[in-house]
Amino acid sequence: MSEEKKTTRRGIAAAKSLKKLMADYFYEMDDAAKTGSRKIAWCTSVGPAELLRGMGFLVYYPENHGAMLGATRMSTDLIPYANAMGYSPDICSYLTCDVGSYLQKKTPLTMAYNIESVPRPDVLVFNTNQCRDVQDWFAWYSRELNVPLVGVHTHRDIGDIRAYQIKDIASQIEDLVPGLEKVTGEKFDMDRLKEALGHSRRTSELWRACLEAAAASPSPWTFFDATIHMAPAVVSRGTKAANDYYELLLPELQQRVKEGVAAVEGEKHRLYWEGMPIWGKLRALSEQLFSLKSCVVASTYCNSWIFGQLDPDEPFESMARAYTELFIVRDEPFKEQYITDCHEKFKFDGILFHDAKTCPNNSNNRYGMPERLSKKLGIPVLTINGDLCDLRCYSEEQAKTNIEAFIEQLEER
Amino acid sequence: MTDKQPETRNLKPATPLKSGSSTRNPLFAGVDVGASRTKVAILDAEKRLLGHAVRKSGIDFTETAEICLKASLNMAGALREDVASCVSTGYGRKNVLFSDETKTEIGCHARGCYHYFPMAMTIIDIGGQDNKVIKLDNQGRRLNFKMNRKCAAGTGAFLEEMSMRLGIPLEEMDSLARKSEEMVELGSYCTVFSGTEVLEKIRQGKKVTDIVKGLFFSVIKRVLEMDSLTDRVAMTGGVVAHNPILVEMVEEITARDILVPEYPQLTGAVGAALFAMEDKK
Repeated sequence: MSEEKKTTRRGIAAAKSLKKLMADYFYEMDDAAKTGSRKIAWCTSVGPAELLRGMGFLVYYPENHGAMLGATRMSTDLIPYANAMGYSPDICSYLTCDVGSYLQKKTPLTMAYNIESVPRPDVLVFNTNQCRDVQDWFAWYSRELNVPLVGVHTHRDIGDIRAYQIKDIASQIEDLVPGLEKVTGEKFDMDRLKEALGHSRRTSELWRACLEAAAASPSPWTFFDATIHMAPAVVSRGTKAANDYYELLLPELQQRVKEGVAAVEGEKHRLYWEGMPIWGKLRALSEQLFSLKSCVVASTYCNSWIFGQLDPDEPFESMARAYTELFIVRDEPFKEQYITDCHEKFKFDGILFHDAKTCPNNSNNRYGMPERLSKKLGIPVLTINGDLCDLRCYSEEQAKTNIEAFIEQLEER
Repeated sequence: MTDKQPETRNLKPATPLKSGSSTRNPLFAGVDVGASRTKVAILDAEKRLLGHAVRKSGIDFTETAEICLKASLNMAGALREDVASCVSTGYGRKNVLFSDETKTEIGCHARGCYHYFPMAMTIIDIGGQDNKVIKLDNQGRRLNFKMNRKCAAGTGAFLEEMSMRLGIPLEEMDSLARKSEEMVELGSYCTVFSGTEVLEKIRQGKKVTDIVKGLFFSVIKRVLEMDSLTDRVAMTGGVVAHNPILVEMVEEITARDILVPEYPQLTGAVGAALFAMEDKK
């Protein structure tokens, strides 16, 4: 395998608008926190954001902050402060780095936007569809800031989704309304919820189309690009701003497909990324795979912000379905079939499983899935040990060697 | 320090050239800069091993690779310009300034092992700081591989740490373990916790010979839990080279005959030299 080479890539032009969208998002939030002009809800990434938007909240996502702490590599220094308070190094490193960030009064928002701190919440809203850690995370802030904590408890490890599950989750979401009305001081307006759901549904459609552009060979973009460009689908879900962004990005990707622009020059291998990103190593991994002419064309992670079930005509039920049908909520057979379907669509020739030390719910290598999928799909798999934010759990040299050996293995086929 | 290669089974060394003589035939060098040791193998076009050397990798990988190359060429009675091509591998593969190409140690161990045993097999490589389990098909193609996870349990580093704690020279551990009458079992994953367990066993009055055998058994457990064994099984690596009792213990536990190349520690370097030869063709 030849030495990694520095290479130039044709950047995605829409990135400029992405920067502006993110800056506007944080400035609006910062202003509201300082002036009290709008109520602010903190929400877990797949919490009931549409409801919150529909009730007039600005919505802040601590997981997005965790990803920023990871990407700026501030997280590894901040995690120990939460550990010292009794939050184990083995639990979610989004939680521990975010709490450490609060304790140390350090945030990447300062460097990026000259914003002193994250916005103070008026309410904390979780959904346990991802894991229990999000609830514990928000509970810490609830105690610390004396802010109300509400949430949805999702059924987990689901195969076929049953009517009783949807009914339960829909009721739980609806039950949030009176408490949230107390925070906003305004009556719930169904039309505003439907409007937010409409925006969110459109965002999902556009985001799905963007991701599916990578089915082209060569792929016009990579998983590493998508982890950045997914930001509007995460933080601006339920707003027109997110749709405007993807209305811009999608034609650009389609044009790249038309012109045969390859994200990875001379694309030889197509891979699937299963599990969390290693936020502090996105660039290093992207560059290594680029030098090995290997493109990560699809991932479970980026697909997790597609909420195809949202329907303004069935607000609460469709939210319940959308939040429940997610990969992370489902059982092993569903997950295997999901990746099998992705294989059919994206035609990848290997799977990289990231075993994130502090994220068991999003590490799908732990119950024999790599071996089963390798056999079923007839493609090799590799597990990389690491973490989303805690780089103490990551051996870069070992990961690089493993990836290089994996590509050698693909070349022998 | 020069690491003496122990006697091993299947030892079929190539006839070395007479001392001082030089060959004009093209030679192929494989350099394996491991975390613990650097190994060099020199092959001729007939794939005969003409020269080899092993040194501690130390802190200057480039310099150590250079020293090993010189020693290997000296053993082969060859000159530097006789080397037609060189491939480097191992953690320090990119520090070898004279290599033409790099390959991973996983690929090189697979290539080297298949050279000695051309068949479908599972390779267990126990190195200084990592273990590998590599599965090959009957064409020598890699089907799958796994490296140990973050910790060093089950690697040479574990045995080194324990030899220091027990105050026993590393090279005496194999013979001590052979005197064991009642092996002590150690349960922990972790090198540090195992150290504590060993202290507890000493406190209980267990014999050092039994503890040392228990340490080897612990290494084997860590490795065997990495993957299943399919087809024939081969063992390679410096830890195997210096502690052949490991092979015997694996044979006993798995009820299989284990294949061991002529110089287990050189397997990656030989594989690298074979890649160098193929690249030149």
